Amino acid sequence: MANAETDLKDLGVRGESDFLPDGWELVCGLEVHTELKTKTKLFCGCANVFGAQANTNVCPTCLGLPGSLPVLNERALEIAAMIGLALSAKVQASIFHRKNYFYPDMPKDFQISQYDIPLNADGYLILPSGKRIGIERAHVEEDTGKITHLGGASGRIHGAERALIDYNRSGVPLVEIVSRPDIASPEEAREYVSELRSTLVAIGASDGKMEEGSLRVDANVSVRPIGETPFRTRCEIKNLNSLRSLVRAITFEAHRQVAAYLAGEKVTQQTRHWDESAGRTVALRNKEEAEDYRYFPEPDLVPLRPSEEWIEGLRSQLGELPKERRARLVESLGLTDTNDQIETAISVELYPFARSALAAGLDPKITVARCANELASLAPLDESFEISWFVELLRMETNGEVSATQAKSILAEVAKNLISPKAAQERLGFSQLTDDQLTKTINEAILQNPKEWERFRTGEAQLQGFFVGKIMKATSGKADGKAVVRILLATAEQR
Amino acid sequence: MSSRISPKEVAHVAMLARLSLTDEEAELYASQLSSVLDHASDIESLDIHDLEVTAHPLGLVNRTRSDSVVSGLSQAEALSQAPDEAQGMFSVPPVLGEPS
Ligand SMILES: [Zn+2]
Repeated sequence: MANAETDLKDLGVRGESDFLPDGWELVCGLEVHTELKTKTKLFCGCANVFGAQANTNVCPTCLGLPGSLPVLNERALEIAAMIGLALSAKVQASIFHRKNYFYPDMPKDFQISQYDIPLNADGYLILPSGKRIGIERAHVEEDTGKITHLGGASGRIHGAERALIDYNRSGVPLVEIVSRPDIASPEEAREYVSELRSTLVAIGASDGKMEEGSLRVDANVSVRPIGETPFRTRCEIKNLNSLRSLVRAITFEAHRQVAAYLAGEKVTQQTRHWDESAGRTVALRNKEEAEDYRYFPEPDLVPLRPSEEWIEGLRSQLGELPKERRARLVESLGLTDTNDQIETAISVELYPFARSALAAGLDPKITVARCANELASLAPLDESFEISWFVELLRMETNGEVSATQAKSILAEVAKNLISPKAAQERLGFSQLTDDQLTKTINEAILQNPKEWERFRTGEAQLQGFFVGKIMKATSGKADGKAVVRILLATAEQR
Repeated sequence: MSSRISPKEVAHVAMLARLSLTDEEAELYASQLSSVLDHASDIESLDIHDLEVTAHPLGLVNRTRSDSVVSGLSQAEALSQAPDEAQGMFSVPPVLGEPS
């Protein structure tokens, strides 16, 4: 984000809602494609994995060979419906359609998708800011193969000599989530995609990796004078591979359109490609000609009629969504709003730790801080790193068995060697000093620093830190700061 | 013969389907398709508001398979019918523009 903002300085914008010239507003809707985390493809048993050798996860069905027939993946359907439920959409009876076009990424010459009756309709997502973004639909479809353009100038589309196709991705299950045009600023678009991604990852639908293409975003952008009700012509922007590209592309495109209107020109409905290095969108094709897909019902697949029972079963598998996780932590901490620590602690990897520690009645402030700082810095955590270890360590810290500094070292040791915090404590020599041992060390410090002790004893409270420091040094940091203070104060009273 | 679809529309649909038609063929299909559309419009005029939509002739719903991997074709088998290949991939002439 910081980078995106810096780069946009020459446009005089920061991605906020007032980024356009006075009197103009952005109208933006996003189409987000997410690959589903299944073992196999949508309509065949080929493995759904990223990064395999080209054309090794293929079969007659996903190569579109004659005589092959699609059979729907049960798990893909479940995940797709869970996405609908997470977006508060209506999960409804639906059918598949063929979307016809000729392009070598789809060997059948059509893509199986959903058209007028999608699986999920009419939902919404509430952003951390409180803004509600409507979801028009979230439908199931198959991914296309991947084309690499070979030869020609700089490997770009124009001038390429050959197109090479890998069909490993052909038939991978996708859900396309179409928002309503409720997004009013580039920053809001970023927030929406970010929250949507967290939601998809939280329910186990997607790994959310934009850089690997498992989450892809297209933006429909138009502008209008504030106060005008009808929508003006929109352009669809493709090739948004990161949140940074998303913010920059929408900002650029909105400015381009306003500039066109101000110059008395028209905006043509078209698909535009975001050129990240040039920082601009370029026209790919005009919309009307290209989008004649002649949809018709897919005769090889029967309709879907989800039962109430099936839907409720999936709803119970959703778990806590990011907005619920956020609300829980905000409330536990007695805050009114979220913050960076909370946003980190609700991530899919860290939240189970925070949740368990809170359920064990541990201090929310320490819990969230240890999750968002120390635990986050150790991520990705090994799968055998036990949540109970984290809870136990927080308990040791809260009880004063170990100091905060020791707790952090113990956590690192636990993560490194996958041992319990008790074992790590022993290994690090952090066995707690007894009160007798501490008193002895404190008495030695008093003997060595009689003047400072006299000042402390007679009321100069700021010398407490001086003595704590001495004790910590003498014990190589093994002493519990709280216990040291307790004994220091008790000793001062006695003398 | 009514003309619900013009030879120009027929030519457009033919272009989308990558069919090459002569003007005479476009004329002929325009007239034939118009009679098909006439028939559809006859059906449309019936009062069917109390009938359930037929989404599929089989009457089956919710047919799925379990999400378990089945081995498919080897790379060599997959490419055996490719017009041309390079780097383990199907090689075809470049296509201008981008798909959806
Ligand atoms: Zn396959």
